[in-house]
Amino acid sequence: MSEATKAVVKDVTTMASPVSLKFRARAGKDLSRFLRGMKERRIVGRVCPSCNYVYVPPRGACPTCGCPMGDERVLPETGTITTFCIVNIPFEGQKLKPPYVCASVLLDGADVALFHLVGGCDVNEVRMGMRVRAEWVDEADAELSLETIRYFVPTGEPDRPLAQIREHI
Amino acid sequence: MKQRCAVLGIGQTHHAAKRGDLSMSGLVREAALRALDDAGMTFDEIDAVVMGKAPDFFEGVMTPELYLADALGAAGKPVFRVHTAGSVGGSTAIFATHLVTSGIHKRVLTLAWEKQSESNAMWALSPKYPFSPPTTAGAGGYFAPFVRAYIEFTGAPEHIGWQVAYKDRIHALKNPYAHLQMPEITIDMVKNSPVLWDPIRYLETCPSSDGAGAMILVSEDVAEASGKKVAWVHGTANRTEAILYPRRNQVLPQAGSDCAKALYKEAGITDPKREIDTAEIYVPFAWFEPMWLENIGLADANDGWKMVDSGDTMLGGRQPINPSGGVLSSNPIGASGMLRFLEAAHQVRGTAGEHQVEGAKKALGHAYGGGSQYFAMWIVGAEKP
Repeated sequence: MSEATKAVVKDVTTMASPVSLKFRARAGKDLSRFLRGMKERRIVGRVCPSCNYVYVPPRGACPTCGCPMGDERVLPETGTITTFCIVNIPFEGQKLKPPYVCASVLLDGADVALFHLVGGCDVNEVRMGMRVRAEWVDEADAELSLETIRYFVPTGEPDRPLAQIREHI
Repeated sequence: MKQRCAVLGIGQTHHAAKRGDLSMSGLVREAALRALDDAGMTFDEIDAVVMGKAPDFFEGVMTPELYLADALGAAGKPVFRVHTAGSVGGSTAIFATHLVTSGIHKRVLTLAWEKQSESNAMWALSPKYPFSPPTTAGAGGYFAPFVRAYIEFTGAPEHIGWQVAYKDRIHALKNPYAHLQMPEITIDMVKNSPVLWDPIRYLETCPSSDGAGAMILVSEDVAEASGKKVAWVHGTANRTEAILYPRRNQVLPQAGSDCAKALYKEAGITDPKREIDTAEIYVPFAWFEPMWLENIGLADANDGWKMVDSGDTMLGGRQPINPSGGVLSSNPIGASGMLRFLEAAHQVRGTAGEHQVEGAKKALGHAYGGGSQYFAMWIVGAEKP
């Protein structure tokens, strides 16, 4: 090793070696039905025939009682923010520009909250209990993804009391 | 019949943002050699090695227990890997304990580690999942909504978070192994630090650390023959719950409270608020101290923040929590649970040094991981169970 090379490599203790992985995700039978609903800008949940809980997105089996999931149920596009976080921190690979709000949204008639984005208002106006509705992307941009809901926006209705949402955060 | 198990040796690295002087092998070896030295043993006397760390994709080294076996003198010996996300350091120690209590091995080296400087956990925990909006934003992004819910439902004042953050950094000044050494820390510094994941502030979060923790766990005969002061394992418990189901309480998860109940039953504890002298609990964000105090029954429901506010959880207080400085002062993720467990053992051996809780006879170690899903806890005592 030449003296010049030694001078350069002397302090090298680690090397960054970026890796990448290309993959194709398959949604599976049950999630696919939900995603086809998204492409039509409809929210399609499913009901557990045993415990009657309504899941959205639905799964093949009920995580509470283990039963195969039952009928589909189209849910309204309105719901309630049960809790949320304002993301102020920038990080590698981030898709959105901070600040933005990620929230648990309990759709009317559902028993589990969806984790999604909130838009259409200042981040500091978002509250637990706030009523929201889905803001859809244009029909031409609708995809087999929850991203067909651009984000949830405030409806302007009165907030739901905390006592009604505390089991759904 | 179940055998007794004791902690004979304890070792940990000097934790730092970047241990550039050590490879991964060197890092685990530093902790292992310190534990062996403490136990008065060599690698040759060890029957089996049980290792834990958080996801392999953090550092990008797959099945590192195989790669590191050589550095730990484990060639030709049973080597086990445990993986339960952030709680792994605790689960690893518990699995190692069971190898002794079941009578399978007499001398087990258990160890957990993370080298965050060769990783990017914030990136790794913020994937863009298929078919979903980009809502992931690191561990803070996941946990901040539950911190918000705790504050909202208990009416806790915002200074509770500042106070926990301040207390653990003051404790860390008494622990030479702790990563963060901030003699200048004040409550105002915490209060004025930027809000990263509203409502969580920068100084209310844990650092990103390189580090490892190790213990030598032995059977009763080996412990007695050593003539050394040991920590006796009085009880262990693991519990897990699913990440999403209707009416799941992510502020006070059922798996956490069930785990604590099982633990107290096994350890013969009927009044944990009084019988446990000190606890090392997994608090990566300051607000998790009051949350976990309630979850594991060291405080009544809605009262965790009052226990913090009263100063009970400071060194010198009624029930000091995280006298080592905790995860808020050192967070080598995979090792963080192991550090909680080994610090509890230090306390009941009376070897914690400057952060010793005077007269500690029973101590609790706690770890959690995933989306508050995986719980691992143990109780160690100065006397035989």
